[in-house]
This record gives sequence, structure tokens and C-alpha cells, in this order.
Amino acid sequence: MTEKIPANSRLGSLEYDPAPESASIARLKSSYGLFIDGSFSDPSQHEQFVTLNPANEEVLATVAQASNADVDHAVQAARRAYETVWSKTTGAERSKYLFRIARLIQERARELAVVETLDNGKPIRESRDIDIPLAAAHFFYYAGWADKLGHAGFGANPRPIGVAGQIIPWNFPLLMAAWKLAPALAAGNTCVLKPAETTPLSALLLAEILQQAELPPGVVNIVTGDGSTGAALVEHAGVDKIAFTGSTAVGRLIQQRVASSQKRLTLELGGKGANIVFEDAPIDEMIEGVIDGIFFNQGHVCCAGSRLLVQESVADEVLRRLVRRVEQLRVGDPMDKNTDVGAINSAAQLARIQELTAFGEGEGATRYTSSCELPDKGYWFAPTVFADVSQSHRIAREEIFGPVLSVLTFRTPEEAVAKANNSSYGLACGVWSEKGSRTLWVAQRLRAGVIWANTYNRFDPTSPFGGVRESGFGREGGRHGLEAYLDV
Amino acid sequence: MSTAPLRLVGNDDYGVKIPASSAAPAIESETQLRALLTALSGVDAVGLEARAAKLATRSIKKSTKMAAIDLAISMVDLTTLEGADTPGRVSSLCAKALRPDPRDLTVPSVAAVCVYPDLVAHARSVLGSAPVAVASVATAFPSGRASLAVKLLDVREALAAGADEIDMVIDRGAFLSGRLGQAFEEIVAVKGACGDAHLKVILETGELVTYDNVRRASWLAMLGGADFIKTSTGKVSVNATTPVALVMLEAVRDYAETTGRIVGVKVAGGIRTTKDAMKYLVLVNETTGSTWLTPHLFRFGASSLLNDLLMQRLKQRRGAYVRPDEFSGD
Amino acid sequence: MSDSRLDVRKTYKLLINGAFPRSESGRSYEVASAGGEFVANMAQGSRKDLRDAVAAARVAQVKWWGSSAYNRGQVIYRLAEMAEARRAELAEHVALAEGLSIKKAERSVARAIDRVVWYAGWTDKIAQVYGGANPVAGPFFNFSLPIPSGVVGIIASQESSLEGFVDAALAPIAAGNVVIVVASERRPIPGVLLGEMSATSDFPAGVLNVVTGITSELAPTLASHEDVDGIDLSGVTGDAANDLNAAAASSIKRVFRPRDGDGADSTRRLRAFIETSTVWHTIGQ
Repeated sequence: MTEKIPANSRLGSLEYDPAPESASIARLKSSYGLFIDGSFSDPSQHEQFVTLNPANEEVLATVAQASNADVDHAVQAARRAYETVWSKTTGAERSKYLFRIARLIQERARELAVVETLDNGKPIRESRDIDIPLAAAHFFYYAGWADKLGHAGFGANPRPIGVAGQIIPWNFPLLMAAWKLAPALAAGNTCVLKPAETTPLSALLLAEILQQAELPPGVVNIVTGDGSTGAALVEHAGVDKIAFTGSTAVGRLIQQRVASSQKRLTLELGGKGANIVFEDAPIDEMIEGVIDGIFFNQGHVCCAGSRLLVQESVADEVLRRLVRRVEQLRVGDPMDKNTDVGAINSAAQLARIQELTAFGEGEGATRYTSSCELPDKGYWFAPTVFADVSQSHRIAREEIFGPVLSVLTFRTPEEAVAKANNSSYGLACGVWSEKGSRTLWVAQRLRAGVIWANTYNRFDPTSPFGGVRESGFGREGGRHGLEAYLDV
Repeated sequence: MSTAPLRLVGNDDYGVKIPASSAAPAIESETQLRALLTALSGVDAVGLEARAAKLATRSIKKSTKMAAIDLAISMVDLTTLEGADTPGRVSSLCAKALRPDPRDLTVPSVAAVCVYPDLVAHARSVLGSAPVAVASVATAFPSGRASLAVKLLDVREALAAGADEIDMVIDRGAFLSGRLGQAFEEIVAVKGACGDAHLKVILETGELVTYDNVRRASWLAMLGGADFIKTSTGKVSVNATTPVALVMLEAVRDYAETTGRIVGVKVAGGIRTTKDAMKYLVLVNETTGSTWLTPHLFRFGASSLLNDLLMQRLKQRRGAYVRPDEFSGD
Repeated sequence: MSDSRLDVRKTYKLLINGAFPRSESGRSYEVASAGGEFVANMAQGSRKDLRDAVAAARVAQVKWWGSSAYNRGQVIYRLAEMAEARRAELAEHVALAEGLSIKKAERSVARAIDRVVWYAGWTDKIAQVYGGANPVAGPFFNFSLPIPSGVVGIIASQESSLEGFVDAALAPIAAGNVVIVVASERRPIPGVLLGEMSATSDFPAGVLNVVTGITSELAPTLASHEDVDGIDLSGVTGDAANDLNAAAASSIKRVFRPRDGDGADSTRRLRAFIETSTVWHTIGQ
């Protein structure tokens, strides 16, 4: 061959034309009421606030701000439903309701995925292929526990707790609703769910699904609103159990607020996940896993692998490949099927990411940021890698909750473990090595609720998820996930 | 708000960086070869397959699809490798290779025809000086079970008959039993016999089974002088798959970055639809990049794929689904 | 038109490997209702039919166990959907077969469908309930995994035409086994109908096979077939059951025999056809 050899080969030179998913399936209303006791209230009865599409800052709809009175109304409905209907419903019947809900989610999957992407900013590929299927699967899994609770290892006839107040975050809106509702209902509790302020829409669509499933009124109530709605729910005397997923700061407040009550509590909070890469890691899959660990869902993941701990002997090569891979990430319109990284969920979150990243540069870390073009409107942050980070840097300790990776090095397995554990968090870690005994040795010593070996960000309804230390307590998923909702 | 532009380790370029001068290690012993191959990174099958599956969700539409279909057509090695092949069969194949759609002269011709050695002369005479290469399988294709002398004779006869390209098979028996030096020497010898002709080494990935083996065999073939590495003979039950192609593309990328030599990839066997072809082009696009998006460095070994590409091309223009009968069965 | 329309009568066939063949023997036998009226000619299955079913089942088992627990649960749940849609037909035949009132038959069908749902929810729980990590004294990661025995032969209850059939067939299937069911000799139709429904429920071919016929002819073949891993003797009693038990011993089959104490919540059938595989892995740098 006598071809002139070019100095480099450009990745992604075959340009993919825009491949937008159609938003018309969403059929959003212009304004929403609250879902209490089986029906939607009249939106005009409530103060309304807007929910935006973070990709273009356009208003999607207005939703109701639930007042203290509304929260009280919802809790009363949940209590009535518990006492008169749900606690008298057999496990076999509860099971069939949950199977119906799961099936309906599957049937309306496309609609749910589009709504989720419009409201949250995550790529349609992710809501379609991950969020919605996992949400359906979660309901399927817990449907199958409802009629066999005596086999779950909590005694022959475990009873539910009563009324559960559940507060969920904006990063996986529908999936987090599924993680809360499915086990609670399977165990026989009734619920009052408060979706996040910036992502209420998929929960409201779920409410329609609950109606289609003919779930008895009051078994699930959905109250939208801001932090004050959540506070009202936490403090309501008629709630027997609180489940919260969100930041450690708010989790701390909640734990303080319920301290002198008898309320049961589970918390799923923040993290600063360490992705530990040994020199014998399977290199290409490891790069994908590290990338996925921090850029999946724009890094808005409590268990994100936001710290890369790479063995010093391979650090340069790993960094080179990482940076090359970062440049390939397609950042843009979340409704485009080829988009890898979508929008930041809100102006507030974007400001926080920018602040911490600027601080990181100031601390002396070396910054690599993708040269991708960002749209003019909407909230966007280009994927960023910081190298030469040390444990004392703020960007190595604080949760950024955005597409920013901090890279540190280590020399021995012990040092890797020590650095990984050097955090007040303890949610998730990754370990990359082809040597099984070492992976297990490291896993045994990591203080984390979830450890991924040669993979990252894998979720399954059967697999318990949750943290240690300031990442919270309690587990969601699996047999263990029932414990939070049983009186055992 | 804008963020600082990308700064790469080293220089201003990004992508696959190919050094100007060749730095391929000289292989002096089987021990050295084995050490080199075992030092290569392992492949995690789960992660690999997940990556291939994710890339398969790339949506290719409109002008990109039109361009990609034409590119794919120009990358086809139109193949007939049957015991029942005759000069007549080869004539039809060559006519189709030159002019895949006789009613539309904007359709590019394919890259090559691929035939058994004893039909090379006939293919050459039918094609004349047309810009379609004649590729010949050789070295006791498809099993590769014959002496080195017989295999080299097979190659020389194909070349004498006018083959531009030789598709040889790696000795899987030697590879799987650890006789890496033997497998290596054979490739070196065949490349020597090829001279200026372009050598593709078929790894027969379905028989190698593991992705680790595919990575090692890819490097072995490239170190031995392969101009192309090819997935399969198409004669066993498991042929080209996207994960296997991904491993091979990663191997040629790393090899180019290490040695400065650019080796091509051919996927063969079981690729029947345009949709399949698009998946492979996406892999090339996102693993090895622009340099490899040309028939000089990427090929599809296929027969029925061509008609599906033609159907899709016509459908894009007409806007309606097309009957398979529109195109010749060659 | 007039009320005296002639209806199209149904032929009941075997279910082997996802298809509905007649018996290779060409034989049939008469099935009557509990009240003695003729209901239908059933295929009278032969040893060769069983042999074919076992061969197909063996191939199917690899694929069935190779699918995810989630997927297996979905498939079984869909059977519940199909059965629910056809519950009137099922109730009619349960009533005929068992001599029940239509109301009692409907309740039996409802319980049977809820049982199918119960089993659908077991597929992805078995590993958690019957498996787990073992804290061995040493630097090893040790865990026990429940895996299916493989191909299970079932002599279904002679009396309980649907509920008994469901329990016997679905428990092993939920655990990842595949089954060949010899349906009740005198009351086969509800089980046969369930077999038909499985074929439209995304059940892969060969996972549920149903052979009708004379129990005393068919049971010994299954019990002694060396490529069958387990056998459920619910449909046989007394000396015949003991003989089958002895025949099963030649290939050390797992044998299930119902006991009086087996309640609705019993998992004995599930556990009967589960093996435990325990893995040790060193832990060290």
C-alpha cells in the first residue's frame, strides 16, 4: 500500500444526522393538581410553580405546590386506605396490583421515557434503555414478594408499618418512585410520595397509571412541591415511616427532625465513589466503565465513580485514553437518540458544579475539558477530568454531582483501599482487575454498600443498594429492601 | 458559559495518534512472542459485549445513511466460495461486482471479488483492468490443515493467476495448542510469498472462541505482517459478530499507535442486512476513526449483503419499501 | 340462524417441544366427565412420545436456565394472563372433570391462576431465599447457589385437575427446570388447556410438555428414564408408587412424593428439584 499515513485518525468523523425522538407522545397537560385519594385535585385550587425542560429552559407545565393542609389531607387519605382497605388486602391481591402497574409501565414505556427526558434532561437513550425498564422490573420484582412475605426471612407473618412518607430526588425520577413505592406496597403499607421540585412529571404520569391499575384510592398519594412540602411530610404525626433519597445535608436535617419521634427512617444519601483501577485491568472495558461511572446521567448519580484511583504504573496511559474517550462523548439535545450526555438538571445545580470545578482548578489540579459545543439555551456543562488530584483537594472530597472526574493515583492495594475509604461517604466503589482474589480482597476492605467489579453503575431490582456511614442507612432492592417496610 | 478547551497529553491532536516512524518489535523467538502476547490487556467479555450493544443503538438516518450505504457498498468483497462454483457463476459475480445495479450507474462498484484460487484467472479475465480487485482465499482454506509447502504453493498459484489480494487462514490448531511460533512463521512466509499483493489473515474467531484469544491472534497476525485481519471463513457456525469486530478494531488501533503501521479489518460471514453493516461502520467510526473508513482499510466479506444495501439505497430514494426481485440474485 | 348450530369439536393432542402432535402410536382413549358422560377422545401417549419429550426437554433446559430469572418470571406471569383470559373455559372443564358446581369450579380456577402468579414471583427470589454467602473459617469468598436439577418428570394428581397440575408443573419450572407432565388419566383436560396456553405465553418450546394417556403405562418409562433428573409421584399411590420410587433409584433421581402436611405455602416442591452449588474463591492481594 502506498497511501500516505495520516498523523492521526479522527474519531467520530462519520457524522450522525440528528435523530430526534418525537416529543408528541408526551401529551402533557398545561397544569396539574395533586394526586390524593385516587384522583387529581383541581390545579386552580393550588399555588402553581413551573417545571422546565433543562435542555432549553422552556416551560413544560405548571404543577401544584402542596401546602401543609394538602399534606395533611394526603396523609389522612393514606391512613384511611391503610386501615380500611390495604391492610385487609391479601398478599395475593397486592401482588396482582403490583403486576398490573409493572405491565402498564411496560405498555406506556415510550411515553414515560420521553416525559422523563423532557423534565430531567437525561438522554432519551438512557431513559428508554435504563430508567423505564428498571422501574418496571422493580415493580415486577416486588409484586412477587407481596404474596410470599413469610419466606423473606423476617418471620412467618411479618406485618407492614403503616403509612410511609417518601421523598425522592430529581436524578432518576420515575425509577426512584418505583424504588420507594414497590416494596412499600408489597409489604402492605400505604404511601405519600413527594417527587423532586424540578422533576414532578413522570410521577404524575405514574399516578395516571395507578388509576388505570385501579389501585384503591388513597393507597398511593402524590404531593408535588418544594422543600417545605417535604418538611411537612417528615414532621406529620400521621406518618409512621420516612424514606428519603437525596443529599447528605438534607438527610442530616431529616434525621434530626424525626429524632424524638417513633418514626422509622431510611436514608439514601450522597457519595464520592472511588473507581479503583489496577494495572491488570481489562483496559478498554475499564475506560468505558470509568467513563460510564461518572458521565452516565451527567454525573447526577449518588453512586457515581467520581474519583478515579489508578495504579501509578499505568496512570499516564489510562489518562491518555480517558481524555481521548471524553472528547468522543456526544453532548447535546437529550431527545436525540445519539446523545451520550444531556443537560444539567437545573440552574442551581449548574452553578454548584461550576463553583466546585473552578475551585478545583484553583487548587492546582490539571483540568481537561471536552471541546464539545454546548447549546446556547439550557443548562450545560462539558465533561471534565481533573488529573493530579490529591486527597486533600476539595474536588476529591465533596460530591460535585456533575460530569467531573477527579483522578488520583496509588501504588499498592492497601493504599488504594485507604484512599478509597478516606471519605465520610460510603456508597459505591468500583474495582478493575483481572485477578479475582485481589478484587475480593479489596472488596472485603472497602467501606461501601455497593462494590462493582469490572463494571459500574449496574442496577437490578434483586440487588440491594444503599450506603454506609454518611451515605445513609437502609437498603433498597432485593430481599433486604423489604426490611424497611416491615414491622420487624 | 464556556469551559476551557481540551488539552491532551502530548500535543494538540486527538483521536488515534499514529507515529510517523515504524517501531514494530522484531520477533526473535516463540518465547518472546508469547511474552508479548500474554502481556496484552485481557478483555472483559461482559464489558465488551455491553459496549458493542450500546454502539448498536446509534441511529443513522438521512444523509448519513445514504453516505454510509454507498461507503458500505464500496467496502464489499463480493464472495463466492462453494464447491459448486463454476466459471459461469464467477462471471455473474464479477458483472454484479462492477455494476451492482445496472439501472443506476451512480452505485459504486464493490472493492473486490473473493473466489477460490482455481477461479482467479477467470475472474481476472472477466474484470480486465476494472477497479475491482481479485481476492483469492488460499492456504488450504477454510481449514488450514495442510503442510506449509502445500499452503505456499496454493498462494503462489493464486498470485500467478492474477490475484491482487490473498485471504489466508491462521493455523488454529497451532494457535490453540500453544505453537505460537509456528502460526507466526507461517504468516511471515505467506507474506513473503505475497510480495506486493495485499495479505489478509483470517483468524476464524468462531474457533478461537474467547475474546482474549482474538486479541492475541490479531496481534500475532499483525506482527507477522498482515495487511488486514479478517474475522472468519464464513464456513463455520459462528462468524463475524460486533463484539469480535470491536476487539479487532481495538487491536489495530493499538497496533497503529505502537508501531506506526496501519492494518485493516475485514468482517465476514453472517452479515446480511444494511442494519448489520451500519453497526460495523459505527464501530469503525468510534474505535479507529476516519483513517479506517475506507475500502482500503475496512471490508465486508459478504454475498447477500449487497442486495440488501441496494434495496435500502433504493428505498431511501423512493421512500417506499422495495421488492427483493428488483435486484439480480447474483 | 337457528339455535341448532353444530359446533366445531376440539381434538386434544399432546404438547411436545412447543408443538401439538398426536401420539406416535395413533391410539386414543375416552375421557368422561365425573358424571360419566363422554367428553372427548384423548391422545393415548406412548413410551416413544415420552422419549421424544425428554429429548426435547433436555435441549430446552439449557436455554431456559440460560435466560434471566426476570425473563422466566415474565413468561410464567404471561401464562397467568392467558389463563385469566380463558378462565371460563377452564372452569367449565374443571366442573365437568371433578363434578363441581360451576361456582366451585370458578373458585378453583381463581386459586390456580393466583398460584401461577405466586410461582411467577418466585423465579428471582429462589437464589436469595435458598442461596447465600457462607462464612467459612479462612480467606475465601464462599457462596452457595441454587441451580435446577434439570429435566423433571411429573405424574400429576389424578383428582385435582387444575390446581394440582399447576403446583406440580410450575414449581420445578420456576426453579429453572423443564418438565414432562403425565396428566391425570381421567381428568386431563384442564391441564391440557394450560399446556395450550403456555404455547401462547412466550414459553420456549420444550419447557412444558404434556402427555396424556394411561398412567400405569407411562409412569414407569419416566421413572426409569436415565436422562430424567427428578420425578414427582403425586399421581400414583400405594405399591405402584413404591415400585416407581425403586425404579427411580437406578439413576439416583430426586423423588417428590406429596405428604399430608403440605400446605398452600409449602415450598417443598420448589426445593425438591433444586441443587446447591457452592463456590470457593481465594481472597488475597
